[in-house]
Amino acid sequence: MPKYQFLEQLERAFAIAKKDLRIYYKRGPVVIFGLIMPLFLFLAFSIGRSMPVEQLFTGLLAMTIFFSSMSIGPAIVPFEARSRTLERLISAPVSVWAIFIGDVIASFVYGLLISTVPLIIGLALGVNMGNSLVLCLGVILAALCFASFGVLLSAYPPTDVPSTVMMISNLVKFPLVFISGVFIPIQGWGRIIASISPLTYFTDLVNYCTQGNSYYSVFVDFIALIGFTLLFLMVAIKIHEKTLPERL
Amino acid sequence: METAIEVKGLIKNYEEITAVNHINFEVRKGEIFGFLGPNGAGKTTTIRILTGVIKPDSGTATIRDYSILKEPLKAKQIMSVVPEMANAYIDLTAWQNLMLIGELYGVSKKKRQERAHHLLKEFKLYERRNHLARGFSKGMKQKLILCMALLTEPQVLFLDEPTSGLDVESARLIRDTIRQINKDGTTIFLSTHNMEEANKLCDRIAIINHGKIAAIDSPENLRMKSSSLKSVEVSFIKPVLVNELSRIPNVTEAKKIGDKIRLYTDEPHSVINSLTDYARSKGLTIVSLNTLAPTLEDVFIKLIKEHRGD
Repeated sequence: MPKYQFLEQLERAFAIAKKDLRIYYKRGPVVIFGLIMPLFLFLAFSIGRSMPVEQLFTGLLAMTIFFSSMSIGPAIVPFEARSRTLERLISAPVSVWAIFIGDVIASFVYGLLISTVPLIIGLALGVNMGNSLVLCLGVILAALCFASFGVLLSAYPPTDVPSTVMMISNLVKFPLVFISGVFIPIQGWGRIIASISPLTYFTDLVNYCTQGNSYYSVFVDFIALIGFTLLFLMVAIKIHEKTLPERL
Repeated sequence: METAIEVKGLIKNYEEITAVNHINFEVRKGEIFGFLGPNGAGKTTTIRILTGVIKPDSGTATIRDYSILKEPLKAKQIMSVVPEMANAYIDLTAWQNLMLIGELYGVSKKKRQERAHHLLKEFKLYERRNHLARGFSKGMKQKLILCMALLTEPQVLFLDEPTSGLDVESARLIRDTIRQINKDGTTIFLSTHNMEEANKLCDRIAIINHGKIAAIDSPENLRMKSSSLKSVEVSFIKPVLVNELSRIPNVTEAKKIGDKIRLYTDEPHSVINSLTDYARSKGLTIVSLNTLAPTLEDVFIKLIKEHRGD
């Protein structure tokens, strides 16, 4: 694809992202699974336990960014298939990859915006953020990675029922929270399982920034997040390309 | 004459059903081309293939110079669609819907704002431009979708049942708009159930049934080709038996329509003579007597029946 055409398509992906943000941020499933759910999970883990504030901050930030970045992505395609606006997008001069990159951008922006809340709370509580540049880069990469994951989760089955996608998405999300050492550090053989979760690497990065200790090096954490993002994006676009006709 | 749409050997199967079965046709640049057929005939599938929404199993389709299969983005850039089911974003305002379409087609900000102002005023939606489309009536939604399709000034416009379910005034506005944009140079591909609409708007018509093209011609030629559908409509001062009239020489079919009787024939003059003889012999007075050319609807039903092998 020529460079000018790629940039043109990217511009159209941003238009789709703008539309997604306008429409989906206030939808029930997005609010419930993107904001309320992580808040309750955080409270369930933290109330009544004497945990250092840095550990609480790691948990809150990881949960918020993980759930909020993955909340819009899975909802968009089934909603659009049901309201027949997906057909409108496909008949426009926009590549399939640009449509889904647009969805990823919307989820990414939403996740990034929501993640400022725990960051502000952390600052207010006096959490030592350590290397704030590393933390900011980590937040950006994690939001992108989880946004791509969310769009991947909506790729199969090709349904137009948003609750079906949300159910599958939660089936994947909850186990990942428990195996990624968000609140309870993972040790021993559990580390092998933890390494398959992208959330592990973000949690590790935040631990490095706030507590100065991490299991992996910062470099490995960044490479893992980038690797997972590319993998999720490529697989999501491939599966969506295949399943799209079944949604129409 | 230049070709706007060229379709060759198009086939689309859904599991065991052949929705489109090896169809071929051309639409000339600047014409209004009607696409008629009963429900499930393959009209919407054909439009979805031509607009790049679904891929055919085989065959080719070209919009102006671009193959919808090989250069879909270029082909989509020069066309617009008004789909059968309303699909504006109901959680966006009318204005936001139009701006989104402008951005998706790469229309500059200044131009898309100018076009949006103009179209919303023309379709009497300007006052509601900042209202969510969710609260629009069916007619308003359909007008908004037409605005969205026209914002990009397409060379080819596909309309799938654009006036279906609309009130008379909205339907007329949409028909007038179709005529106007066609006059301005846009080629129109119009799928419709409405024979009268097709008759009044279209330069040529294709009739599709069971995924196959049954006929393509101008509405007038289609009517003329169906000479057996000419008829004489008569009413008498007193009721008469339809069976008696059906026995008149050269009458192929007799139907009671309200207080009139319609006699289908190849020879209207001979039937008129026979009717006057019949009235005289029975002492009846003829109240009205008209010869009728076949309507497009008659032709359509005849072709569909022939195609089915009835």
